[in-house]
Amino acid sequence: MYRYNDFDEAFVRERVRQFRAQVERRIDGSLTEDEFRPLRLMNGLYLQLHAYMLRVAIPYGTLRVDQMRRLADIAERWDRGYGHFTTRQNIQFNWPRLKDVPDILDALADVGMHAIQTSGNCVRNVTADHFAGAAADEIADPRPVAELLRQWSTDHPEFQFLPRKFKIAITGSPNDRAVTRAHDIGLRMIRNAAGEPGYEVLVGGGLGRTPMLGQVIRDFLPAEDLLPYVEAILGAYNLKGRRDNKYKARIKITVFENGLDAFRAEVEKRFARLRSEWKGADRALLAEIERHFAPPAFREAPLDEYEAFRAANPAFRAWTDTNLHPHRAPGYAIVTISLKKPGATPGDATAHQMRVMADLAEAYGHGELRVSHEQNIVLPHVHRSDLPAIWQRLREADLATANVGLVSDIIACPGMDYCALATARSIPVAQAIARRFEELDIEHEVGPLKIKISGCINACGHHHVGHIGILGLDRAGVENYQITLGGDGTETASLGEKMGPGFPAEEIVGAVERLVLGYLAIRRDAEETFLQTVRRVGLEPFKGFLYGTEARDAA
Amino acid sequence: MSRRFTPKVVTANRLIEGDAVWLTEDDRWSPDMAEAELIEDEAHAQLRLLFAKGQSHLVVGPELVDAAPSPTGPVPVHFREAFRTRGPSNYRHGKQAEGLIPRGRIPGDETTHV
Repeated sequence: MYRYNDFDEAFVRERVRQFRAQVERRIDGSLTEDEFRPLRLMNGLYLQLHAYMLRVAIPYGTLRVDQMRRLADIAERWDRGYGHFTTRQNIQFNWPRLKDVPDILDALADVGMHAIQTSGNCVRNVTADHFAGAAADEIADPRPVAELLRQWSTDHPEFQFLPRKFKIAITGSPNDRAVTRAHDIGLRMIRNAAGEPGYEVLVGGGLGRTPMLGQVIRDFLPAEDLLPYVEAILGAYNLKGRRDNKYKARIKITVFENGLDAFRAEVEKRFARLRSEWKGADRALLAEIERHFAPPAFREAPLDEYEAFRAANPAFRAWTDTNLHPHRAPGYAIVTISLKKPGATPGDATAHQMRVMADLAEAYGHGELRVSHEQNIVLPHVHRSDLPAIWQRLREADLATANVGLVSDIIACPGMDYCALATARSIPVAQAIARRFEELDIEHEVGPLKIKISGCINACGHHHVGHIGILGLDRAGVENYQITLGGDGTETASLGEKMGPGFPAEEIVGAVERLVLGYLAIRRDAEETFLQTVRRVGLEPFKGFLYGTEARDAA
Repeated sequence: MSRRFTPKVVTANRLIEGDAVWLTEDDRWSPDMAEAELIEDEAHAQLRLLFAKGQSHLVVGPELVDAAPSPTGPVPVHFREAFRTRGPSNYRHGKQAEGLIPRGRIPGDETTHV
C-alpha cells in the first residue's frame, strides 16, 4: 500500500502546523468565524447540530493496520469511542472539540493520513472499487491511478476554487462497485480492440437535488493521457461552470446546459493544447506508485478444515454465503465485515471493533483493510482456511452479521441526528427497517436488495440509486419519507423513480415491508431479484402494494 | 395586514465544544434552552442578534429561531431545534447525557419531553 514519501510528509505536517496556528488565532479572537470557516473547512472540520465534525480522508477507501488502529485511538482519546464510515469511503468523528483538532490531525499525519480536501469546492477524496486489487473480475487495480489523481489534485493551484465540489471515482472492473456514473468524473479501466489499456471516461454524473447519470465523454482514452485529459475537463468546467447559483454549479449542470457535444469540444480543444505540456513525469510517478501496490504474496493451504467447519456450522455457512466475494487468487476470498447489525447505526464502528478488524487484517489479511461506499469494512485478501478463526473473532466483537447485500445492509447518511443540512432523520429509519426484517426472518429468502436512505435532498445516502430509495423531508414540521424505486448504482445504472406521496416516520417501515412482501408474491422465481422484478413489471404493481388499489390524495 | 411576530430565541454553537447554546436575558450562553430569553418583539430580537454577533470569541453562527413559551421556559417550535436540545437518537450522547431535559416535540417520537 502507498506510504508517504518525504514530500507528502512535509506537506501534511506543514498544513497541520498552519491549521494549529489558525485555531489559536480563532480562539484568541484574532480571526472571526467568517475568516476562519473556510480555513477549517479546508481541513475537513464542519460544525454540525450538536458539535464539530471532522471528516478524515481515506483515499480510495484503503487502510493499513496502523491507520485503522490510529482511528481507534482518535475515537477513544478525542471523541466518544466510535467513528462513522461514510458513503464516500471516509470516516467522520462526530464530537471533536475545536482545540483538540490540531492534535488529532498530527496523530493522523503520524500514520500518513489527513483531512485535506474533504470539504470545499475542490477535488475531493478519489473513490474506487473497494475490492480493487483483489476481485476475480478485475482488469487492473485502479488504486495506483487513484493515488496519482490524489497527488495531482491535492493543493492543485488551479482547482482550489472550482464552481463547486468535484468527485472522481474509478473502477478497474466491468462490474461497477464504485458507482462511477454518479460522479463528476467516472473512470473505467478498459482495454481497446488492440489490447491496450485505457479508460472509458464518464462526465456529469451526480445525485443531489438534480440527479443525473454520467455520460461517456471519451469511449477510449489511452492510459498515458489520463492526467492531461482530466485536467482538460477540470479546466473547461472551471471556466464554464456556473458560479451564480450554488444549485446549478456542479459539472452535471454545466454539461447539461452546454450539451455534451459542446462540452466535449471544449475539453478536446484544451486537451490538444495540454497534452504536449505533459512530458511524462506523471508516467514516471505512476510507475513509482504502482510499486507500492504490488500484490501480497498469496499462499497455498488446504481447505479441508474450512469445508468441514462450514458443513458443520450453519451460522458460519450463512455468513460465508453472504459476506464473501470471489478473489482472483486460488483459495482466497474477499471478506466484507458488516457494520449493519440490525439495530446498529449503519457505518459506525467502536474503537474496540476497529482494533479487532485491524488485528484480523494483520493476522490473516496481508495487513490491508478497505472501507466500502456501502459503509462496510472489507478484508480484501483472506485465505479461506483462516475464515473460521476470523468469523469467531468477529462474532465476539459483534461484527459477524451475515447480511451483505441484503435488506438490512442499508446505506444511511447521518441525517438529522447529526447533520446541520438534514431535513429528517435517517439512522432510526434504517434501524427500524433492519429490526423489522430481522423479526420477519425473510431477508435471505428475499435475496439481493439495496435500500439507501438520505436525510435530505443532497443524497449522501445515495437514495436515487437504491433499489428502494428513501428520502427524508420536512413537511410542515413533520418528518416525511418519500420512496423511489428501481435505482441502481452499478454498470446497469439507473435512477429510481418517485412512487407517490411520502410516509410519516411511523409508517415508513410498513411501507417498505409491503414493497418487499409484494415482490415475493410476484417474482417469477427465487432467482429473479427485486430489481429485475421492478424492471420487468414496472412501478404500477408496486404502487398498488404501497398505497392499496386507490392511490391516496397527495398530502 | 402585518404578520404577528413569532417569538424567538437566539441560539448558536459554542466555539470550543461546538454544542448548542442559547442566549439568556443576562447575556450568558446557556446549554439549557430553559434559560433562554424568549424574545417577543421584533426590534428587540434584532438588537439581541446584533449583540450575539459580537460574541464571536464565544459562539459560532448565532441566529434567531422560533420558540414558544412554556411554564418551564422557552421550547422549540421546530423538531430540528428540539434535536439540538437533546442530542442524537442513536446514542445517549449530547445534552441528554448531560442531565439536561430535552425540550420541544419531535412528531412521531414519544420519548421527548416538553
